[in-house]
Amino acid sequence: MHRSLSEKLWSIAVWAVVVFFIVNLLAMIGSVVVNSFGTRWFNTWLPAGFTPQWYTMAWDEFHLPDILVVTAEVVGAVVVLSGLIGVPTAYAMARRNFPGKQVVMLLFLLPLLVPPITYGIPMATVLYQAHLAGTIWGVILANLVPTVPFVILIMIPFVEQIDPRVEAAARVFGAGMGRLFTQILVPLLTPGILAALLLVLVRTIAMFELTFLTAGPTSQTLVVALYYAVFAAGVRPGQSIDAMAVVYMVTTLVWLLIALRFVNPTQIVTRAKQ
Amino acid sequence: MSLRRRLRERGLDAVTLLVLPGVVFVLALFIYPFLYGLVLSFTPKEGGWLANYQKFFSDPFLYDTIYLTLQIAVPVTLLNTVLSVPVALRVRLLKRQRLLTTILVIPITLGTVMVAEGLLTYLGPRGWLNRFLLEVGIADSPVRLIHNYWGVMLSLVINGFPFTFLLTLSYVSGIDPSLEQAGAMLGARARQRFFRILLPLLAPGLAITLALSFVQAFTVFPSAVLLGAPAGPTRVISIVAYQAAFEQYDYSLASAIAMLMAGVQVIIIVALLGARTLVFRGPASTGKG
Amino acid sequence: MPIASREFRELRLERISRDFGQVRALRDVSLTVGRGEFVALLGPSGCGKSTALNCIAGLLQVTDGAIWLDERRLDEAGPEDRGFGMVFQNYALFPHMTVRRNVGFGLVTQRRPKAEIARRVDQALALVRLETQAEKLPGQLSGGQQQRVAIARAIVVEPPLVLMDEPLSNLDAKLRLEMRAEIRRIHTMLGCSTIYVTHDQEEALSLADRILVMIDGQTRQLGTPEELYARPAHADVAEFMGYRNLFPCRAETTADGLAVTIGTARLQATPMDAVGGAAVAAIRPDDLRPQSDGPISATVEIAEYHGRDFYAVARGADGIELYFRSPMRVNPGEPVRLAAPRDRVLVYAA
Repeated sequence: MHRSLSEKLWSIAVWAVVVFFIVNLLAMIGSVVVNSFGTRWFNTWLPAGFTPQWYTMAWDEFHLPDILVVTAEVVGAVVVLSGLIGVPTAYAMARRNFPGKQVVMLLFLLPLLVPPITYGIPMATVLYQAHLAGTIWGVILANLVPTVPFVILIMIPFVEQIDPRVEAAARVFGAGMGRLFTQILVPLLTPGILAALLLVLVRTIAMFELTFLTAGPTSQTLVVALYYAVFAAGVRPGQSIDAMAVVYMVTTLVWLLIALRFVNPTQIVTRAKQ
Repeated sequence: MSLRRRLRERGLDAVTLLVLPGVVFVLALFIYPFLYGLVLSFTPKEGGWLANYQKFFSDPFLYDTIYLTLQIAVPVTLLNTVLSVPVALRVRLLKRQRLLTTILVIPITLGTVMVAEGLLTYLGPRGWLNRFLLEVGIADSPVRLIHNYWGVMLSLVINGFPFTFLLTLSYVSGIDPSLEQAGAMLGARARQRFFRILLPLLAPGLAITLALSFVQAFTVFPSAVLLGAPAGPTRVISIVAYQAAFEQYDYSLASAIAMLMAGVQVIIIVALLGARTLVFRGPASTGKG
Repeated sequence: MPIASREFRELRLERISRDFGQVRALRDVSLTVGRGEFVALLGPSGCGKSTALNCIAGLLQVTDGAIWLDERRLDEAGPEDRGFGMVFQNYALFPHMTVRRNVGFGLVTQRRPKAEIARRVDQALALVRLETQAEKLPGQLSGGQQQRVAIARAIVVEPPLVLMDEPLSNLDAKLRLEMRAEIRRIHTMLGCSTIYVTHDQEEALSLADRILVMIDGQTRQLGTPEELYARPAHADVAEFMGYRNLFPCRAETTADGLAVTIGTARLQATPMDAVGGAAVAAIRPDDLRPQSDGPISATVEIAEYHGRDFYAVARGADGIELYFRSPMRVNPGEPVRLAAPRDRVLVYAA
């Protein structure tokens, strides 16, 4: 379309906002990375020298090996369990109309719309009374609260796009429910399941509030450990905290990059809308 | 046999039962705790059944947190949305949006704790931003941007703007570009096209975007502690809820505060969605021509 | 104020071109549209006809060339300044406005008085016979009704020129015929000029005063429907206009005109180019008929009954496929002899 001078100026202003945001974002990430390798850094653009020593320090002092193991256990369990609960539920939601379906749908939307800190406090209270909070199982259960509905909502359209006649054909040729799931549905749904579970993985690594409210000393994930490290800043050199932050960042972004091979970036935020 | 058949006719068969694990899970770990918390909030450690709420609204140290939180959440929500709309309208015209959306999804993925730590380094007195301001001569001495209101604001922009933008982009992309072309053919200039065509069509989506962004900003927690002044201007409501539960071990009061948080969110969301129907119906039903 | 006013003599496209990166979607298209004229841009998908329409509308800028409305140059102006009406393929009705507000939109942007807007919207709705639907939203209307709203919205501002981009392609066959008559009726009543993009030759033939056939972003032929139907200037235009039989042949000039040899058959023919030697002969299925002494002998392979006649495919002695119509029953496997009148066998240079 034809554009006048004022429209061109407006366009330049809009792009300036985008560039300004991205430059600051990258500078923020960059300063963490540089600081984590820096020796002494006063009133200059770059540190006086570079050293990997903060990583070895963070590795030992923050008990990173233990924390990474816990993180992997929590994330792995959350991914598997939310897939096992979410996918069959999504299948039923996509294929059947039953009384109260709207209410059930709302039930699945709520945990995605209500922010974790709001429902996290009463949930943590209940988990403490059940003596689950403080253990790794408490953390896993807490993290499943948003991820199960998340998997359901992502998977419903994937199920809907499979022609029911494919299933009807399988039934005609004698496949029972179990065979139908393992031989027809799971292979057809694999791209959807992969996308959903990768997004669950990324979200769970970064899920702070729910883990924070339910974790004990031995069930902290990386992001909660990072919070405590920053909270107690001054106890240890800032560079080692930044080294830990870089470890966290690399863990998250590697999985984000893998996930983005299968999903569109906008899906990360828009699945929860309705 | 006939019962099974009757049930099937209402849509209840073995496949329908597959919703049960999901439903039971959400009921047990989301709905039940919430109701439990609601009841708990009315059974205080001491005093009458409303004692927790009376305590909250009589202690300025507690009730001020609503005001303090709104003071952070409202401006940042408006700022993020107001920035998102023009940017989304531009980006919609790009063929290759993928790189931009990928970069913007990074802060969402990193989460609030990481952004707080990043900003502590970047905005600190010896960080790159102050270095730049001093070097260029915009400031004489380092500008204080952390451990105060501004630190929390900026962290909510870094985390919130991409979220608001991506949501807005998905709504903007849903508007058929030929509608704007039709407006242009009928003599409407860019400004008229925006206010008469795009904005009314975007209004329902914007209401949802505003609601979701507000709710996120209103429950700001880690960055208010790490990057703000948690004893002063950024003593947000989630901090006092957390302290009541995990420092004073008064789960009853903590539940009451959580319920109040939910209450404020519900009020704002209902107001926004109500306004949405007004905005959307408004231009469609008023006036002839 | 829009540049265009009702009073004008002609719209001129002077060698307009449009590139998309390396792709040249439109090359050196020239056209003059007189006042009151109905011109169709016809061509297969991707031929550049919609690009041409969008350039005229101002939704796309031309890379090269000029667009004139009488003495005023338009190609530098934006779409909002040109004052043309446009009917979009998907109608592009504003979903949040009633029919009345949709139709009145162009008058509102011109800041007309309210009373005038109401009066003119009523007139336009009456013209498309939608008086009773004025307060509905577009989503509550059928496809045909939406189409009428789109037309009313385009004509209510009394534009000198109405642009239509495949307006009938989203309707079913019956509605399409009905709306075709409607569009012609409105065009005649208003006396505006219309440029109409379509890929359907029948639509173009029945509606237009003149047709511009475009292929690969270029003008291939400009003429009246009769000229295009009877005398396509090129073999590819002939193919597009329904000349289903295109045979490689040898052409030679004899004492009583041109003759072509297709395989072993020899036919009298009409030259469309300066031809001699290798050439292409084009015959419509309607013009190829069974005749006991016909020069082409073939065997029927498929015969479909179409009520009025049979539509059949036969294979010639040398393997070529022949499409023809027959008033009598023909059966697969039967031998048949086919003939075509001299002026209906068109020969183009190969």
